[in-house]
Amino acid sequence: MDSETDMVRQIRALDSDMQTLVYENYNKFISATDTIRKMKNDFRKMEDEMDRLATNMAVITDFSARISATLQDHHERITKLAGVHALLRKLQFLFELPSRLTKCVELGAYGQAVRYQGRARAVLQQYQHLPSFRAIQDDCQVITARLAQQLRQRFREGGSGAPEQAECVELLLALGEPAEELCEEFLVHARGRLEEELSALEKELGPSPPAPDVLEFTDRGGSGFVGGLCQVAAAYQELFEAQGPRGGEKLAAFAQELGGCYFELVERRLAQEQGGGDNSLLVRALDRFHRRLRAPGPLLAAAGLTESATEIVERVARERLGYHLQGLQTAFLGCLTDVRQALAAPRLAGKEGPSLAELLASVASSIQSHIKASLAAVHLFTAKEVSFSNKPYFRGEFCSQGVREGLIVGFIRSMCQTAQSFCDSAGEKGGATPPALLLLLSRLCLDYETATISYILTLTDEQFLVQDQSPVTPVSTLCAEARETARRLLTHYVKVQGLVISQMLRKSVETRDWLSTLEPRNVRAVMKRVVEDTTAIDVQVGLLYEEGVRKAQSSDSSKRTFSVYSSSRQQGRYAPSYTPSAPMDTNLLSNIQKLFSERIDVFSPVEFNKVSVLTGIIKISLKTLLECVRLRTFGRFGLQQVQVDCHFLQLYLWRFVADEELVHLLLDEVVASAALRCPDPVPMEPSVVEVICERG
Amino acid sequence: MEDDAPVIYGLEFQIHIIDFDDENNIINKNVLLHQAGEIWHISASPSDKGVLATCYNKTPDSRVLACAAVWRMPEELESVGHESPDDSASTTQTLELLCQLGSAAPGNVACVTWEPMGDGKKVISLADNHILLWDLQESSNQAVLAGSASLEGKGQLRFTSGRWSPHHNCTQVATANDTTLRGWDTRSMSQIYCIENAHGQLVRDLDFNPNKQYYLASCGDDCKVKFWDTRNVTEPVRTLEEHSHWVWSVRYNHSHDQLVLTGSSDSRVILSNMVSISSEPFGHLVDDDDVSDQEEHHAEEKSKEPLQDNVIATYEEHEDSVYAVDWSSADPWLFASLSYDGRLVINRVPRALKYHILL
Repeated sequence: MDSETDMVRQIRALDSDMQTLVYENYNKFISATDTIRKMKNDFRKMEDEMDRLATNMAVITDFSARISATLQDHHERITKLAGVHALLRKLQFLFELPSRLTKCVELGAYGQAVRYQGRARAVLQQYQHLPSFRAIQDDCQVITARLAQQLRQRFREGGSGAPEQAECVELLLALGEPAEELCEEFLVHARGRLEEELSALEKELGPSPPAPDVLEFTDRGGSGFVGGLCQVAAAYQELFEAQGPRGGEKLAAFAQELGGCYFELVERRLAQEQGGGDNSLLVRALDRFHRRLRAPGPLLAAAGLTESATEIVERVARERLGYHLQGLQTAFLGCLTDVRQALAAPRLAGKEGPSLAELLASVASSIQSHIKASLAAVHLFTAKEVSFSNKPYFRGEFCSQGVREGLIVGFIRSMCQTAQSFCDSAGEKGGATPPALLLLLSRLCLDYETATISYILTLTDEQFLVQDQSPVTPVSTLCAEARETARRLLTHYVKVQGLVISQMLRKSVETRDWLSTLEPRNVRAVMKRVVEDTTAIDVQVGLLYEEGVRKAQSSDSSKRTFSVYSSSRQQGRYAPSYTPSAPMDTNLLSNIQKLFSERIDVFSPVEFNKVSVLTGIIKISLKTLLECVRLRTFGRFGLQQVQVDCHFLQLYLWRFVADEELVHLLLDEVVASAALRCPDPVPMEPSVVEVICERG
Repeated sequence: MEDDAPVIYGLEFQIHIIDFDDENNIINKNVLLHQAGEIWHISASPSDKGVLATCYNKTPDSRVLACAAVWRMPEELESVGHESPDDSASTTQTLELLCQLGSAAPGNVACVTWEPMGDGKKVISLADNHILLWDLQESSNQAVLAGSASLEGKGQLRFTSGRWSPHHNCTQVATANDTTLRGWDTRSMSQIYCIENAHGQLVRDLDFNPNKQYYLASCGDDCKVKFWDTRNVTEPVRTLEEHSHWVWSVRYNHSHDQLVLTGSSDSRVILSNMVSISSEPFGHLVDDDDVSDQEEHHAEEKSKEPLQDNVIATYEEHEDSVYAVDWSSADPWLFASLSYDGRLVINRVPRALKYHILL
């Protein structure tokens, strides 16, 4: 039931809903119907109006056609009139041209004037048969002439700089002026300007040195002169391109001439620089100079400026090498002076100065450092960043002939020569060169021969990769030269030292009165002095040279008994004897001995060792003693004194020489000669001689 | 053909006249006693072959005195010499003293030199630092001092050697002291030139080129022989450095002045050919016609080697120092040298060179 009621209630509700819906939509239906009716009405009205419009349009078209037909005539006339107008304008321009030109000229608007003139020229040319145009043309020509004149005037006055001048020239060219003449004038003016630059540069050079440094100078020259030249060249080429090769030649000649002046100035400046020391600055200046001149290179190829510049750089480089060589030589001489002073000083101070070995080391190192410094300085010329370093000269000849041959080899040679000159000059009177210096130089040369030369040359070859194939001095030749120098120096040293000792001995023999001398009690002081000096020389030489080889000596060298004089010998002849027992003619014996003993070459070349040097000195000294003894006459005690002296020498000198036999031989000879020169030859007992010597 | 040689022999001082017979190669010796003392220097008169001057040492009361004297050799010398060739004892004769030089003047005489071209009347002696010109009068029996000059200076100056130039009318004398050479004019007895430091050490001897008036040679303790043009005293014309010890004597050949002889205490005698500074720098022209094979050979040699100075020969016969060398005055190709051990060596110029020079 409930559900039925519910259903009924629901049905009722649905019915009422349906009723309201119907009511609501009914209204809408009515309004829609109304609208449709109204639309029908409106469309009908519109159709009418459209029809009217169409008729109206037809009327309008008709009218327009009629109008255009009427206007056709007018249009044509107007076109013609416009043409006439234009022509008239042109004519007016022509007629006004003279006055305009005049005005332009007065105002200075030359460019405008030239453009007007250019525009009018052709027309005037064409119609010149007409009198009126003729008049205009004449006028124009007059004005143009004036214009040209003014332009020229301006051009001549110059001063306003290259671009403006170039403009003037351009205008003048446009005016149809003769190009050749212009180009001459152009160059004349350019020359004037450039010469001003040059004279400014020259003023900087000045007679007095306070010029700016060389870098600044080349900079200024580069920007001022070379820059100007570049501008001129560029403008010239642009303006007178039509001139063809002849114009180019002119420009080249021009550039060549001015460039020549410029180079002269630069060279003068660089010459001032030669004395100075700073290589890097110079190289930089040269680099700038060279680089700057490479810029106009393509433009002025024909003028050969680049080549000349390179030549200058090469020349400077060469002079630099010469300068360095000189510097090295001076340094070497300076070292020698130092050594001389060092050698002279200790004697005054009484204290031991630096030893010879130290001096040698310092000289060697100082020379070596000088060489290295020079090499480094010269090396700047071949640095990669320097613009001229890739020139063939700097890659080849500079390295091999210049640096290696000229500088290094040249220096070593001159060093040898300087050293040798000590041998030649000091030969007279001996004293000029301290002997220690000779010894030191000799060792220095020998060191060079053994090591330093090859080291320096290797260093050079490494630093300057020599690509040149030209022949260079081989190391062996130089070494041979150095060795020869060392040998000569050492030989000379031996001579000088030998001479010193000989002089001592000679004086001692010559000044003494040997006839009335007293019985010897002592060894004479001079003999001790000789031994002392010899020992000193031995020490000195030992500092620099190796010991060397001696002949094997008998164990009792120092104990050798002095040759015994036996009164039983015939004819009062005294002779030394190595076999005292043989009772034969000692004169004959000594002669036979001489036959078998080798001839003693007194001033013979020495070898590079201490023993050889000392042997040489002792040989010279003893031979002198021998000759001097032979010139004197001895009393009995004089002979005995000689005997004592010789024994003393023999006791101390044998240890210095290579072959002690030599000392014995010479000393025996001395005593024998003294005995011969003695009217009363009574020699001393050997034992007494020995006692005296050992006491002394 | 005649060589005079002093030899010290015990206490008897003798002069040996050595006769060398070229054709037979025979040597004859005559011994003359020189009783005054040991002889240090000897020079024969250019005009009279029997007269000679010596410098000698006397040793009175243990002092050495060097004196000079002029002597005459005995007349009969030649004949005696030929008859007894090798017996010195029997032929001993004595020199006759003509006069003493400088008994009045002090000083040790180092050297005596005769006027080369004159009549043998003028002699110069060098004593210490004096140069004394003597005039020999009355057949050389008296010597009168005609002029003198002396060397003043620091230290003790002593002349070591001197020569009389054969040029300029015999008015020039050259002397050596220490390392210096000096030229003197004998008319005024004044110095005309001076070569300071002619040698590094003592100058031992000098000689004039017989054919070129300004040239002279000197030698000394620096082992060198130097040739000088006296018009230029700063530089020697040429220097020879062949010896290895003091050079004691230098002599030009009397007729071929390119030949120079030197003796040294390295016991060598060296004969040098100094063509370039001789009076015949280009040699003689060779005659082309009829040359024999041998001569052709020499001519070839000559053309091959240009004329240049060289050492012709080194003579090593001596065992000890050579103190004197001289050329024969009779044969220009002959010379003698004397050494300490008393050995006298007579040599000839090599035959090849002789022909080279002559042809």
